[in-house]
Amino acid sequence: MTPLATLVLTPIDPMALVRAASGPGNGAVILFLGAVRQVNEGRDVTGIDYAAYEGMALRELQAIVDEGATRFGTADVVVEHRLGELQVEDISVGIAVGHAHRDAAYAVSRWVIEELKRRVPIWKREHYTDGTREWVDPTGHVSAGSPR
Amino acid sequence: MYDAIARMTVTVLLFASYAEALGASSLAVEVAGDATVADVLSNVRAQPGADRLPPMPLVAVNQQYADAHARVRDGDEVALIPPVAGG
Repeated sequence: MTPLATLVLTPIDPMALVRAASGPGNGAVILFLGAVRQVNEGRDVTGIDYAAYEGMALRELQAIVDEGATRFGTADVVVEHRLGELQVEDISVGIAVGHAHRDAAYAVSRWVIEELKRRVPIWKREHYTDGTREWVDPTGHVSAGSPR
Repeated sequence: MYDAIARMTVTVLLFASYAEALGASSLAVEVAGDATVADVLSNVRAQPGADRLPPMPLVAVNQQYADAHARVRDGDEVALIPPVAGG
């Protein structure tokens, strides 16, 4: 198959990603799932809203899987990112990679998630048990919270 | 014919914390015909709430990351990109 990136509003099906990345030449298939964590930086999280600049996010995601495929020598790279309101333990992102060999499969998987976190315009707003919500800034700056 | 003093309008898109800061998800911004990303940003800074934006936010023009010196054209989509947090 060709490298494929999608943004979805519905739950991610990990086995569908695995199937898409599998093939007769792939001796290794790696599945990475990102999930909503209950505690972030010491605060209890009840859920997360994911928002995106959708056109650009899709374009960047597709560029990442295309580039990853070229760099590491496999066409079997698929990524799916979920948007909207997620609960703790929901899967926010799934990446499946098939490759002839495991070393390269692990490397592509790691490279795709790091590039995604670096450049895809997606944002998350955490909901806390005290009723407040805040946009997460991974650069460490605190943005003003907005009470519900 | 090119007219350097002509005005043009670009659409500024705001997301996440930036949209909250300015109370809008998009703005129509009028700038000079030879404007750059930096000129668009100065215009945005005059808006109420813009004091909460960082000094040099990331910017994309027509869905591609662009630097402050990049020229903008009439009808361009200029997005201010808060620190990304996907995954």
